Amino acid sequence: MTKMLIGRRALLGGMTLGASGLLLPGCDRLNASPGVRSLLAGAEQLHYRSQRRVAGSNALAREYARSDMSPVFRVNGNASPVSPAYLDDARRNFIDWRLIVDGLVARPLALSLSDLGSLPQRAQITRHDCVEGWSAIGKWQGPQLGPILRAAGMSSRANFIVFHCADTSGGIPYYESIDLNDAFHPQTILALLMNDHRLSIPHGAPLRLRVERQLGYKHAKFVMRMEARERLEDLYLGKGGYWEDRADYAWYAGI
Amino acid sequence: MLPLVDEEDEVMDPATNLATDPADNPVAGDLVKRHALATRLWHWANAGALIVLLMSGLMIFNAHPRLYWGQYGANPDPAWLEIGARGERGFAKLGPYEITTTGVLGVWRDKDGAIQRRAFPHWATIPSRYSLADARLWHLAFAWLLALGLAAFMIVSLVNRHFQRDLTIGGSEIRPANLWHDIRQHARLRFPTGAAALRYNILQKLSYATVIFILLPLVILTGLTMSPAMTSGWSWLLDLFGGRQSARSLHFIATVGLVGFTIVHLVMVVLAGPINEVRSIISGWYRLPRERGPRS
Repeated sequence: MTKMLIGRRALLGGMTLGASGLLLPGCDRLNASPGVRSLLAGAEQLHYRSQRRVAGSNALAREYARSDMSPVFRVNGNASPVSPAYLDDARRNFIDWRLIVDGLVARPLALSLSDLGSLPQRAQITRHDCVEGWSAIGKWQGPQLGPILRAAGMSSRANFIVFHCADTSGGIPYYESIDLNDAFHPQTILALLMNDHRLSIPHGAPLRLRVERQLGYKHAKFVMRMEARERLEDLYLGKGGYWEDRADYAWYAGI
Repeated sequence: MLPLVDEEDEVMDPATNLATDPADNPVAGDLVKRHALATRLWHWANAGALIVLLMSGLMIFNAHPRLYWGQYGANPDPAWLEIGARGERGFAKLGPYEITTTGVLGVWRDKDGAIQRRAFPHWATIPSRYSLADARLWHLAFAWLLALGLAAFMIVSLVNRHFQRDLTIGGSEIRPANLWHDIRQHARLRFPTGAAALRYNILQKLSYATVIFILLPLVILTGLTMSPAMTSGWSWLLDLFGGRQSARSLHFIATVGLVGFTIVHLVMVVLAGPINEVRSIISGWYRLPRERGPRS
């Protein structure tokens, strides 16, 4: 009986080892298969639809009290663009810098920092959730995105707003995109101030998008140009953002 | 409801799911139907989902191998758990206690023999090479399988009365004397035989109930609490768990609980007779164990 039991244990142990020997390289093979990847990526649509249902189109991300703020707000991503044009603008405190609003709009705009500062401002203390897992709470202030798009006479053909940024990684420009539900969400602002000070360069000066119901990589820093587009497939690698193109991060980053 | 009761008592017990009719009262050695199809399907779907979720989750942890309590938490803030590398030395730090883990955690060699400085090693993660994006692809897809599977299993098990019949804990069962008796029986590796083996003993009921009603819901809800979109709609999640970073910590702790359960579960399967046990969770058929002599 005892012998028999050991025999079974050895058998089971052998089976487990054999299975893990097959399983581990198997996982990597599955991970590389385009069919498997697109099946897994199908979950992104489920997240998008179910979360839009749960959160509704206008549910607000939690806003915190001053006492809840992170003592130090971690800098992430590119700490500064390197292009001479950007560094030139930065040296002159972005006096001559203009935010370009174009694409599917009736009236393209070029807005200065003082133009943006004279629009009605929204201030919010919110949690920044990185895809890596950490969070930091900070205060952001700037004009809401929606009224700017209306002022530009956005076409009814537009489905996405693309944010073109001054920073690059490996020579490729950073960009991000959101849908109109997020674009017209009350907490979606173009932040000029962070923690009551002009946005610093490491945090995205002169302008950073805040799209509070999504993860950090959607919050484009160093925004130079906003473009209203019908589709994203014909832009860069077609996935709607730098990390989406480069490493297959989800375009919808609500989770 | 002691695990080693006489079979005559069993027949009279209204809580007994099988053998309520003395005419077909099964005895040791009989092959009996033990697990419903729904239970077997869920068991395997859940087992597969948990393996993928664990291994892809360890890769996600590798992206930021620090855990915090509260609403926020990042590198400048104090972590209660951290896995990392200092030079050539891997370490794991729990509060003030730090142990060297070189070779397994923090610093280890990959398949090509190259030194890697990541928390969990290649053999424990999906994919084996660092990729947060790919791990999220697996994790967030299989999370649906886990959550919908659990919901379906719960509904079916209420309807087919699996929960009421097999997991309801009677007042007498939870008495310290009975608990202690069961713990001693387990420690001596004396498992129920005959028809008594068909019913879960108190330790089984407690561990299955903990997994089904506490650990799995906890791991699912804390996972959702890490989603900024979910907490916009369901902000009570942030209050329930004390913030996104607390939820992330609890997600990790619930995972440790699920891994611990799985290890004990597998050990018990092996000790109780793996072929019979595995057959019963695949085909449903289980041979009632015979009385055994003392172990050598």
